[in-house]
Amino acid sequence: MSDSDLVLDVQNLRVDIDTPRGAVHAVRDISFQVRRGETLCLVGESGCGKSMTSLAVMGLLPRAARRSTTRLAVLGEDISRASRRRVNALRGNKMAMIFQEPMTALNPAYTIGDQLTEHYRHHRHATADQARDRAVELLEKVGIASAGQRLGQYPHQLSGGLRQRVMIAMALMCGPELLIADEPSTALDVTIQAQILRLLADLQAELGIAMVLITHDLGVVARIARQVAVMYAGQIVEQGPVSELFHAPRHPYTEGLLACIPVPGRTPPGTPLGTIPGVVPALMGELHGCAFHDRCRYAMPACLQTIPMHEAPGRQWRCIRTETHA
Amino acid sequence: MLAFVIRRLGLAVMVALTVSVLAFLLLHLSGDPAVALAGEGARQADIDMVRKAYGLDRPLVVQYVDWLWHILQGQFGTSVYFKTAAGPLILSKLQTTRILGVSALAVALSISIPLGVVAALYKGGIADRICLAVAVLGQALPNFFFALLLIMLFSISWRILPVSGSGTWQHFVMPAIALGYYVAPAFMRLIRAGMIEVLAADYIRTARAKGLPTGKVIFKHALRNAIVPVVALAAVQLGYLLGGSVVIETVFALDGLGYLAYQSITFKDYPVMQLIVLLLSVLYVLLTLAADIANAWLDPRIRVT
Amino acid sequence: MTVPTSPVTANAPTPTITAPAGNLTWRRLRQNTALLVGGGILLLIVLIALFAPWISPHDPYFQDLAYRTAPPVWYEKGTWLHPLGTDQLGRDYLSRLFYGARISLLIGISVACISGLIGTTIGMAAGYFGGRVDMLVSFLVTTRLSMPVILVALATVAIVGGSLWVVILVLGFLKWDRFAVVMRSATQQVRSLEYVAAAQSAGASTWRIVRGEVLPNVVPHLIVIATLEAASAILLEAALSFLGLGVQPPLPSWGLMISEAKAYMFFSFWLIAIPGSALALLIFAINLAGDGLHQWLTPDDKA
Repeated sequence: MSDSDLVLDVQNLRVDIDTPRGAVHAVRDISFQVRRGETLCLVGESGCGKSMTSLAVMGLLPRAARRSTTRLAVLGEDISRASRRRVNALRGNKMAMIFQEPMTALNPAYTIGDQLTEHYRHHRHATADQARDRAVELLEKVGIASAGQRLGQYPHQLSGGLRQRVMIAMALMCGPELLIADEPSTALDVTIQAQILRLLADLQAELGIAMVLITHDLGVVARIARQVAVMYAGQIVEQGPVSELFHAPRHPYTEGLLACIPVPGRTPPGTPLGTIPGVVPALMGELHGCAFHDRCRYAMPACLQTIPMHEAPGRQWRCIRTETHA
Repeated sequence: MLAFVIRRLGLAVMVALTVSVLAFLLLHLSGDPAVALAGEGARQADIDMVRKAYGLDRPLVVQYVDWLWHILQGQFGTSVYFKTAAGPLILSKLQTTRILGVSALAVALSISIPLGVVAALYKGGIADRICLAVAVLGQALPNFFFALLLIMLFSISWRILPVSGSGTWQHFVMPAIALGYYVAPAFMRLIRAGMIEVLAADYIRTARAKGLPTGKVIFKHALRNAIVPVVALAAVQLGYLLGGSVVIETVFALDGLGYLAYQSITFKDYPVMQLIVLLLSVLYVLLTLAADIANAWLDPRIRVT
Repeated sequence: MTVPTSPVTANAPTPTITAPAGNLTWRRLRQNTALLVGGGILLLIVLIALFAPWISPHDPYFQDLAYRTAPPVWYEKGTWLHPLGTDQLGRDYLSRLFYGARISLLIGISVACISGLIGTTIGMAAGYFGGRVDMLVSFLVTTRLSMPVILVALATVAIVGGSLWVVILVLGFLKWDRFAVVMRSATQQVRSLEYVAAAQSAGASTWRIVRGEVLPNVVPHLIVIATLEAASAILLEAALSFLGLGVQPPLPSWGLMISEAKAYMFFSFWLIAIPGSALALLIFAINLAGDGLHQWLTPDDKA
């Protein structure tokens, strides 16, 4: 695959957060790539660092957080040390993000139309009419009826599902090539969740956008992604194509996650639901060896040393074991 | 909402009436107002004549009702000192004080908004501490002293502004600054607190994610939401401005209501004095009422009270 | 809470007093620069005021006619005989400055005490009895807030005659509103606590409960308000005296000194600069100490 297809290239990303009690290592040296037309899912439980990763890529980390990376390239341009003006020129324009809580992500004081068009007019120097037409076009594309009327409405007049669609339209206004979606359906009703995910998948297929989707729900991964990266305690523990990973996981954590999900038609009735014993480790202080070893049923003394990423064609996993855990 | 407005209106009317009673009673504080009105060294015969002329021999309640009744009819009595009808006299000064009040508020906001925004953006840092220090210092300086300092600087040293009088807009510059700077710290603290809260909101993150320039994020998105409680505070501070105008107008001989109040008090022009106290108080009641209603309109939870 | 939410009352501080006062640690006190600096300056001024008769070089009322409007010692014509110069009647400015501190502090403390007494009594009654009493008190507060203090004070002093005690009484009877509001909400909060009901059913008299629970917790907050009201009273007296309707000459009130020197300020700037700066310093110290006190008492306040 040629590099001109590479939309996002992240190498050795670290995020540390300063707290009164010491530095929290929220993201520890992760690397991943996303290509045009591809969806990479970042999967993991709460606190594993997936949201921090997305914020780090967009440059939206909170003030107390520090980011370091050897390479953070969007469309071939390394922006890890770029000026704020340069990053602003890319944000909302070539790379866009949608957030988890549609209820609070829109400014209550301004209309939908205003919020849809303001960055389009800024980035593209468009006139009000041009922006308006584009907004209507996108609202219709995300499946909102009577788009023209919607433009004059305020966020509180819309339901959660509608607001999320508006967020998606807003993200697509300037035709980005990279879309980061942080748990876009989590805060919505189950029925709406499916619609939103379907919408994202369709849009991606149509527009050829590279998408990073963050979720804690493996069902979402199965539905929409082609590539998946499993995160645990700030690290990527396994990465690869979805179908392979689901059928033949290499990392014990992935195995544990998959075992937690009952599969209708396959899991015999009466089987106790799987759990992973133990708790997620604290993210403060240095990591010695594998972060998962105290919960892993295959743990051995060698796990206490630094575990390198095991590479195979199109696959990676951070474990010294190489067997498949099917 | 309507029920709320009516309730508040009723409260305002009751307060205004109480204030009118107090304003009326002000005159009787010293014992015998006839003595005070007759002036020093007046003979008993003069005092009695004054008493009869002003109807001061009637029961207090009757005097009060009579006074109030006349006011409600628009008959405001005559100024003892200026020898002219009190109503038009006060009205003619109202414009000047209104201009002063609005300019002072404008000065206060133009100081406090930038300082408040900067303090919020650099919260905990040096800029924040400086802004807070400026706020504390600002409130420590007595306004009449500050007024004198301004005069020394602008009128004496630099000669660019007139010392006193009220002819042109230049006459209002120093008084507006001297009156407005004192309320700036309160606004600044409020804006700072509001901005800190708003800047942490999700929609600010969305605005930044869209690549909007920082200025737009702060002023279009953040400030617009943080400015809401300032409305209520403005009404409270207006009370200070109304009172403070007495001192400031007197220092600058600015021909407004405050200066008139001072003159009427010094020259024992009791009819005018009572009227001014009543007028300013009623004005303040109305302002508070307006602010209450505005608040309830902005935040529906308040309408229950 | 069915408080009349006119913005005036809404802006008054309504502390939660149910948190135990165990956060008043010495360590936090030592770190509290505002309280230390402000309190230090304040202490200095108090000491100056107390010992004024002993540390003043001259009698503040004595007119040394040979040295009228003499400049302070750092000017060319200044002498150490009158380190801060003299006013237009030849009275030593340093001595008047020291004695002026007495007046300002006396005003501040007296007004704070009087208005504090009135306000806390009214507020406690409102919070404790509730119902009609509460409505009446709220109405009184709203009415009082509708009257511009300085105007009423001016008018009263003009009619009754100006003197130190008139000023103190007038201001004391006008500035009780913040005390009342805070005391009222504090009393209300305690009343609604469950253990009050429990204690009541155990036979303890409600007055004892209120005294035992409300007062110890609310006193620190009242002190903070007292500092604010004291500062405000000092400024008001200075303004009144400046207008000629406050303390009467020859008392060395700082506001009066500025007023008397107004005509001479162009040539003898120190005549207004010195008392003005003294006022600013005193108010600054009080406000700083009050801020520090507030921080010390409410450690988790984000403001």
